[in-house]
Amino acid sequence: MNDNVNRRGLDTFDWCFLGIIAAIISIGILSIYSVTNSTSTTKFPIYLKQTTWMVVGALAFLVAAGVDYHKFTRFSYLLYGAGLILLIIVLISGKTSRGSQRWIPLGPFMMQPSEFIKIPLMLTLASYYGATSRKGWLRRLIIPALIVLPGFLLILKQPDLGSSLGFLAIFLVIVLTVGMKSKAFGFIVLAALMLFPFAWGGVWGSLHGYQQDRILSFVDPSSDTGGKGYHGLQSRIAIGSGQLVGKGLYGGTQTQFKFLPEGHTDFVFAVFAEEWGFLGSLVLLSLYVIVLLMGLEIAFNAKDITGSLLAVGVVAMLGFGIIVNIAMTSGLAPIVGIPLPLMSYGGSAMVVNLTALGLLLNVKRRRRSLL
Amino acid sequence: MIDSSRQANELADIQSRLIFVKVGLLMILVLLGLRLWQLQIRDGVYYQDLARDNRTRSIVLEPARGLLFDRHGELLANNIPSFQLYLSLEDVQDRDALLSKLPEYVDVNVQAISEKLATKRRRGRIKLKSGLTLKEAALIESHRIELPGVVIQPEYQRNYPLGTYASHVIGYVGEISESQLKDPEFLDVQAGRIIGQYGLERTLDSHLLGETGRKIIEVDAYGYPKRSLSTQAPLAGDDLYLTLDIRLQRLAEDLLGEEAGAIVALDPWNGDVLALASQPGFNPNDLSGGISTQAWEKLLKDSRHPLTNRAIQGQYPPGSTFKIVMAATLLETHTMSASDSLTCHGTFPFGKRVFRDWKRGGHGSVDLTKALAESCDVYFYKAGNQLGIDPIATYSRKFGLGAKTGIALSSEQSGLVPSTEWKKKNRGEPWYPGETISIAIGQGFLSVTPIQMAKVVSIVATNGRVVQPRLLKATRLRRTGNLKEEPSPATHQLSLSPTTFSKIKEGLAAVVTRGTAKRAQSAIVSIAGKTGTAQVVALKDDDDKSEVAKKHQDHAWFVAFAPVDQPKIAVAVIVEHAGHGGSAAAPLAKTLIEAYINAENTEHVDSL
Repeated sequence: MNDNVNRRGLDTFDWCFLGIIAAIISIGILSIYSVTNSTSTTKFPIYLKQTTWMVVGALAFLVAAGVDYHKFTRFSYLLYGAGLILLIIVLISGKTSRGSQRWIPLGPFMMQPSEFIKIPLMLTLASYYGATSRKGWLRRLIIPALIVLPGFLLILKQPDLGSSLGFLAIFLVIVLTVGMKSKAFGFIVLAALMLFPFAWGGVWGSLHGYQQDRILSFVDPSSDTGGKGYHGLQSRIAIGSGQLVGKGLYGGTQTQFKFLPEGHTDFVFAVFAEEWGFLGSLVLLSLYVIVLLMGLEIAFNAKDITGSLLAVGVVAMLGFGIIVNIAMTSGLAPIVGIPLPLMSYGGSAMVVNLTALGLLLNVKRRRRSLL
Repeated sequence: MIDSSRQANELADIQSRLIFVKVGLLMILVLLGLRLWQLQIRDGVYYQDLARDNRTRSIVLEPARGLLFDRHGELLANNIPSFQLYLSLEDVQDRDALLSKLPEYVDVNVQAISEKLATKRRRGRIKLKSGLTLKEAALIESHRIELPGVVIQPEYQRNYPLGTYASHVIGYVGEISESQLKDPEFLDVQAGRIIGQYGLERTLDSHLLGETGRKIIEVDAYGYPKRSLSTQAPLAGDDLYLTLDIRLQRLAEDLLGEEAGAIVALDPWNGDVLALASQPGFNPNDLSGGISTQAWEKLLKDSRHPLTNRAIQGQYPPGSTFKIVMAATLLETHTMSASDSLTCHGTFPFGKRVFRDWKRGGHGSVDLTKALAESCDVYFYKAGNQLGIDPIATYSRKFGLGAKTGIALSSEQSGLVPSTEWKKKNRGEPWYPGETISIAIGQGFLSVTPIQMAKVVSIVATNGRVVQPRLLKATRLRRTGNLKEEPSPATHQLSLSPTTFSKIKEGLAAVVTRGTAKRAQSAIVSIAGKTGTAQVVALKDDDDKSEVAKKHQDHAWFVAFAPVDQPKIAVAVIVEHAGHGGSAAAPLAKTLIEAYINAENTEHVDSL
C-alpha cells in the first residue's frame, strides 16, 4: 500500500505551504519582539526563545513529515496512553501557575502535556476510524467518545478550559466529518439540549473564579474597566485603534505602555493588529485561511480514511485556535485563554503545531498518485 | 485489514462532508474579517480616542496665589513649597484596597477620602492630603508600586507669616467644597482647587487666584509618566497691597490682649483701614492646611467665637458714644443751641419712671460741651425727649448707622437704627416716647458695629466727609508687572453746618482734656474722643457692679480722632465686658494714636 509514495521531493504546493507557515511564525516573532524588547533586559529575550522553539518545532516538523504516518498511527494508542499518563503526572505533581496546574518541568523548560496529547488524539481517532467499520452509533460515537473523555476531563481538571475545549473541538470535527446518521445526530442534539441545564450547572460550578469572571465580563465588558472586563476592553482598544494601516512597528501605545496584558501570549493578535492595522490583519487572516484550506485540500485528496481524518484533525486543531483566539481578542468570544497557533509565545504549542503541520504534509506526500 | 472498496466508499463519503467543513470554516473566518472591519475601520476613531485617553493624563498646574502685603510692603501672606498627595482616579483599579493600604504609610482621613471617592467621578484627581512631611513623602515614594494612582506633587501652600495677627482681615484658604462647586460664582473653578474661604482671601479671590496651567503627559498602564506632550504654564495671581498698617494692627491686637473686643483705625480722609482688630482670633495657617473635623468643631463651638470678626460683625449698643450723633441732631434741628444750658440733678422723671444719670447727684449746670465732656445723661434725656425718635433715626443714618459700610469683607452686619416705622413694621407696636429716652444715650433697640462708629468719628474729624472704608490700596498685576493704585474712593459731603462740627469737636476735645477720658490725654498729640459704657443687662440701682458676673458687665467704648486740628487717624475701640469706656477703652486708643503719630513723624523726618 505504501508503494506510491511521492518521492519527487517538494512541489510548488509544498513550498507555498512551508513559506506561509514561515511567514506566520516570523510575524509572530516580530510582534513578540515589539512587545517585549522595550522592557526586557534579560540576556535571552523572549523573541529569541520563541525563535529557538521554532527551530525545535522545525525538527519535529521534519520527523512528522518524513516518516510515513502509518508508522505513527500504529503506535497511536500507545502514544495516547503515554499522554494520559503525563496528564496524570501533571495533576499530581505539576507546576502551578495562576491557580492552574499545567506544566511539567523539564530541565530549564516547562512542558505542557495538554498541548502534546493533541497529536496522539488525532492519530488515535484517525487510526480508529480507519480500521473500524462505522456501522452503529456505538462504534461511530460512543467508543471514540470514551477514548476522548479521560483526556478531556484530565485537562479540564487542571483547570485549562481553553485546551480542553480545543481537545473537544478536534473530536467533534472528526466525528462530524465521519458522519452520523441523521437520526443519531438528532438524538444527540436533543439529549444535549435536555442535559444542558445540568451540564451548565456542573460545568459552571467546576470553573474557577477567574474563569467565571472572564465569562461574565464577556457579557458586559464596559461595565467595569478596572476589573473583569479589562483584558477584553484593552484588547479591543488595541485592535480598533490600529485603524486602516496601524501605528507601525513599536508604535502601539496599548502594548508599549502595557495597557494590554499578555501581549506576547494570548493577545499577540491584538499587538499585531494595533501596529499593522486592518490591512495587516487581513493579510495575516488570509495566510491562516490559506493554510487551513490547504489542510482541507490535503484531507480531500488523502489516500485513505486515516490520512484524511488525520488532516481534518490538524485543520480542526489549528482552526479552533485561530478562530477562538481572534474571536476572543476582538470581543466576539469570552476570554478563555487560547493561544494563537504559530504566533503566541509558547514552546509546547509551537512544537505541537509544527508537528501537526508536518503530519499534514506527510499525508499530502502520500496521497493518491492519480492526482 | 478493511476491504478496500468499503474504504473507497467511506472515503468518498468523508470527502462529500469536507465541503461542509470548508464552507463552515470560511463563513466563520469571513465573520472574523467583518469583526475586524467593524473594530478597525468603522469604530477605529472611537478606539483611537480610547487609546489616547488611556495613555494621556491632563494635569492641572496650580498657579501661585497672589501675595498679600500691608501698606508699607510688609508680607502678610505668601506661598511655601510643600508636598501634596493626590490620587489619579484613572490609575486606581481597586479603590477599597488602596484605602486600606494608604494609612500604613501616611496619616490620612480615610472617611473624608471615601466620601470624595463616592462621587461618581472616574477621571481627574482628588487631593488626599496636603503638607506631607518629608518622611511621609519618602515613604510613599518608596512604596509606589503598592499604591497605584497615588501621586506626590510639590506645590505651594498658603502661609501666613504673622500667624494670628490680622487673621480676620486676611482670612484663610481651603479646597473648594462640594457646595461651592455647584455655586455659579465658582463656575470656572475646577474641583480640588484652593480658593479663599474667609476674609480678604475670599472677597479678593478673583485677584489672587491666578490662572491654572495645564500639562498633558503620557503615562503607561501603571500611571508612570513617560514624557510630557504639551505644557501651558500657569499665571500667578495678582499681589495685593492692603491699606493696613501692620505695625498698628499688631499693636491693636496686643492692646486688646486676652480681652474680647475690637479696634478699628481709619484714615478719615480716604477711608483707608489702618487697623481692623478683633479678639480673640485664630491662626489661619491651621485652617489653610486642611483642618481636621474635630479641630473645626472646636473652633465653631468656642464660646468666645474666635471666627467672628467683631469689628464688622459685632453689634453693640453704642452707649454714650452715640451722644456725638445726638449732638449733631440737636444742633442741626435747632432744637437746642450749643450755648443753651440746663441744670442736671442726676435724674430725669418721665411718666411713672425716673431715668437716672450715671453720676449720682448730677452735673449741675450743663451746656453741650460739658454734656459731651462729662457725658451727662440727663442733658441727652431731655434732648431726646424733645427731638422724638424719627429725627434721631434720620441723622443716625446720615452718619452711616443702620447700614453696612460696604467694606470688602463678607458677613458685615448693619446694626439697627430704630424708628416709629421700624417698630410698627417689625414689632407691630407704636413707638413709646419713653423708648426714645433710652436711645438718646445709645441704649434700647439701637445697635452699631465698631467700624460704623469709626466711620462716625471720621465724619466728625473731617467736618462731614463721608467715605467708604477700604482695605485694598494697590494691585501688582502679574500680567504686566505694573503696580496699579486703587482709585481714591468716592466721597460725599454731609450737608451739616460747619459750626455743628466745630461745636461737637470742642465737646470731644473736652472729653479728653477735662471729661470722662482724661486717661486718653497725650503729651505728644491732641486727641478728641467720646467714651461709652454700653449696658449689657439692665441693673437695678442698688446692684453692686463689682460683684456682677463678667458676662453681665458693661462693654467699654471709646471713639476718637487725632490730632484735633488736623485729624490723621480715627479710632473706635470696644472692649467687651470691661466696664467704663474712660478707663478700659480710652487708654488703648491713646496708645494706638500715639504710635501712629510717632511713626508718621519719623517717616516724615525720613523722607526729608
